[in-house]
Amino acid sequence: MIRSPIISTTLSWLSPVLITVALFLLLRGHHEPGGGFAGGLIAGLVVILEGSTRGVARARQILRLPPRLWMALGLGAALASGLPGLLSGQAFMTAAWFSIGTLKLGTPLLFDLGVFALVTGVTASLALPLMEDEP
Amino acid sequence: MNALVVSPILLPLLGAVLALAWRNSPASQARIALWTSAGVIVIGISLLAALGGHGLAITQLGGWPVPAGIALVSDGLSAALVTIAGLMIFTAVAYRRLSLRESDPGHCFHPLLLALLGGVCGAFLTADLFNLFVWFEVILISSFALLAMEGRSQQIRASVSYVLLNLIASALFLIGLGLVYGKAGTLAMADVGLIYQQASAAGNGGSLDLAFALLLVAFAIKAGAFPLYAWLPASYHTPSHAVSAVFAGLLTKVGVYALIRLTTQVAPGADWIREVLVVIGMLTMLMGVLGAACQSEVRRILSYHIISQIGYLIAGIAIGGPTAIAAVVFYLIHHIVVKTNLFLVGGIIDRHRGATLSRAAGLASWTLLTIAFLVPALSLAGIPPLSGFAAKLGIIHAAAGAERYGIVAVALITGLLTLYSMIKIYIAAFWTPPERVVRHRFGLIRTSPMLGLAALTVVMGLAAGPVANWSQSVGTLIHNVDAYRRLAQVETQIAEPTPPHDALVRSQP
Repeated sequence: MIRSPIISTTLSWLSPVLITVALFLLLRGHHEPGGGFAGGLIAGLVVILEGSTRGVARARQILRLPPRLWMALGLGAALASGLPGLLSGQAFMTAAWFSIGTLKLGTPLLFDLGVFALVTGVTASLALPLMEDEP
Repeated sequence: MNALVVSPILLPLLGAVLALAWRNSPASQARIALWTSAGVIVIGISLLAALGGHGLAITQLGGWPVPAGIALVSDGLSAALVTIAGLMIFTAVAYRRLSLRESDPGHCFHPLLLALLGGVCGAFLTADLFNLFVWFEVILISSFALLAMEGRSQQIRASVSYVLLNLIASALFLIGLGLVYGKAGTLAMADVGLIYQQASAAGNGGSLDLAFALLLVAFAIKAGAFPLYAWLPASYHTPSHAVSAVFAGLLTKVGVYALIRLTTQVAPGADWIREVLVVIGMLTMLMGVLGAACQSEVRRILSYHIISQIGYLIAGIAIGGPTAIAAVVFYLIHHIVVKTNLFLVGGIIDRHRGATLSRAAGLASWTLLTIAFLVPALSLAGIPPLSGFAAKLGIIHAAAGAERYGIVAVALITGLLTLYSMIKIYIAAFWTPPERVVRHRFGLIRTSPMLGLAALTVVMGLAAGPVANWSQSVGTLIHNVDAYRRLAQVETQIAEPTPPHDALVRSQP
């Protein structure tokens, strides 16, 4: 753990910005570069930054759920996004779309959300135990 | 049919999710793993029943047509391998519970095992080279974690050499894929094959040949072929017994499977690959069996025998043609069952007598375990009427038919030395009278996972005729690259065969 008031203070406003960037990349990814993987890596980065400067307990508090559950949720959501296509007799992963007003939502977004959660979970479950072992 | 082709991948991954969610209860995790792998077996059998030897089934993920999208294609070989992979995971989980009676294996064990199964099934089903790379990575990551999970220093050392060599293979694979895509404009296996045929007919297949050379090296590392097998004996004797049995059965065989697809579909008519493989195959057979002869630990001996068996498979692939590939298909299935079985028994020997053979003795008083060892051991050495005899006969017959007498000679010598190794284990661990009397018994239930696989070996040996007929039609089908191409076109209702790169350009946003 790096005990530095400068980094710690900076992080208190940097973390929300990074999370926003992560979500921005996640939503942008359908048509442009970005997506769940890139977004998930940045969200994982926030967990690592928080863990290494303000302690692992703080990082786990930000995550709310244990990393392994994030992995399970993410993989589950990504797989579930392929099921509507399969159940309607089309190929697995065939996109299903619906609209709320002008907002067009579909299973690819669920897939990206799943990848986002999975990547964040994997990053956290790899990094946090390593930081915990420090004396 | 759509659902049937994709579900061998989907089911284990969903099982992994469930097992992760139930991480506090090892018993329910094991139950999830058993049910999931049983499901994969059922799906595999129904695919096999639906396809027979001649059938093909396809699903194009997301409904995207083939040159742009990814297709999963199942032929008889894929269906059979999916079934066997499910069976191996099922047996390994049952073995851990029934035979070893180990308690909590750690809450990541079953999810990782299921992820490994999903990866293996994915590799067996995909018809896209890049997708194959992705499944290779899924297999690599989950097997690495399974290998290093218990964290003993020996395991960490083993997993470092395992991951290092396999990552080199992955890098070569990826570079090769870049070259293939740059030259052919597609990564669908059958399409690459067609473009390669056209290019080499026009006399400029050279740059694709270079790419195939990289793929060849990558697959040879994954398969554990000479001279790139060093990662295998360095790592297979270190993980927990159930894990090393799964590794022994499944991991290298994915590399062999990729070699089959490379020589028949991706690079049809590339004779230089087969000429290289002839030499590699013979040396792999010899080096493996000689390596085994000078080892003194059960699981190390068996590890080297994996290598020599891979040599048979590679020699079969090198001979080429429907008959040889049919023999390889038969051999592949026989080998997975027998090898896993031997590692399961080896795990018991290791557990109750320690790793070194000189200290093991007196296991013959456990009659059922002796049977469970002798059947696969004699089958591995090629003694009739077990499956190994028909498998070896098929390869040797194909080699003699193609006038490759070098392969015939090496295969016969290797068979003899294999018998020597198996007898060495039998005499040391089973026949030698024990120093102290064995108190506890090793009953039917504890031996049942091993006996089940042994029974499969016997059945496959007795039913060698029908199985060989089936593998003959599979071998013919695998060579029919056009069938795989037409399949994708019929599915997307493209009347005129379009050159793949045009279709790719049109489908881009």
